[in-house]
Amino acid sequence: MASPAIVNVPATARRGEIIAIKAMVGHAMETGFRRTQLGEPVPRNIISQFVCTYNGAEIFRAELHPAIAANPLFTFTTVATESGTIAFRWTGDNGYSMAASATITVV
Amino acid sequence: MTSRRDFLIAAGGLVGGLDLASVPVRAHATPAAMQDAIRKVVGGAPVSRGKVKLDVPPLIDNGNAVTVSVAVESPMTPAEHVKAIHVFNEKNPLPNVVSVYLGPRSGRAEISTRIRLADTQTVTAIAELSDGSFWSDSASVVVTLAACLEELQ
Repeated sequence: MASPAIVNVPATARRGEIIAIKAMVGHAMETGFRRTQLGEPVPRNIISQFVCTYNGAEIFRAELHPAIAANPLFTFTTVATESGTIAFRWTGDNGYSMAASATITVV
Repeated sequence: MTSRRDFLIAAGGLVGGLDLASVPVRAHATPAAMQDAIRKVVGGAPVSRGKVKLDVPPLIDNGNAVTVSVAVESPMTPAEHVKAIHVFNEKNPLPNVVSVYLGPRSGRAEISTRIRLADTQTVTAIAELSDGSFWSDSASVVVTLAACLEELQ
C-alpha cells in the first residue's frame, strides 16, 4: 500500500543560498478515531516521524500526530552548504518506512 | 397516586439519564487539554506573544486538509535560532498537531504543512528559541465541514 514519495529540491544552488524543500508521501494517516458503519473502530495507522538529512546531518525533523492530514506534506528551508544528497525518511505505525532522496549541486 | 404527567416526567428523566450513561466516552481535546499539552512542552517557562506568525485561513470548507504555515522572526544563527515549532488545537480528539525541529542550518524558520480540524476552534503555534524562551501566536478558524467525524463505508 506504500505510495511513492514526492520530493522537490532545487537541482543547483549557490553556496549559502537558502533553498525551499517540499516533501510529500502517500499515506492515509488513519486517525484511530473513526468507526465503520458497523461501529467497529478503525485502528490507528499514521506516520509518526519525518526526518530530512543533508549529507547525513539532520536538518529537519517532524513528529506527526493524527491531526496531520492524509498524504503528509512539509515545506521547509535549508542553507545550501555543499553538493551532495538530501535524504528523506518517513516512519510510522505497523513498521511503516519510506525513503526518498534528491541530489543537489552547490556552485 | 402518580399522575400521568409525573410518570412521563420521571420516565423522561430516566431515559435521559440512561442516554447520558450509555453514550460512549469520546476522547475530545478541550481548551484545558490544549493547555496541558502546551505545559508538557514548555515546562514552567512563560510563553510570550509575538515573533511567531501563524497563518491559517480564517474560513475553511473542508477540515480534512487545512494548509497551515508558521514563520518565526529569527536570524537562525548558531547563537540565536529557533529550535522547535509546536502546533496545538483545542477541539480535535487530541490537542497535539505537529512538532518540528529546526536549527541554524534551516536558514529561515518557516514551515508549512496540512492539518485536520474537527471543529471551529483556535489553533496555537509555539516556537522554542535557542535561548530557552517560548513565543506563541494563535488564530481562530471557522470550519464548515469537519474532519475526523465521517463514517467509513
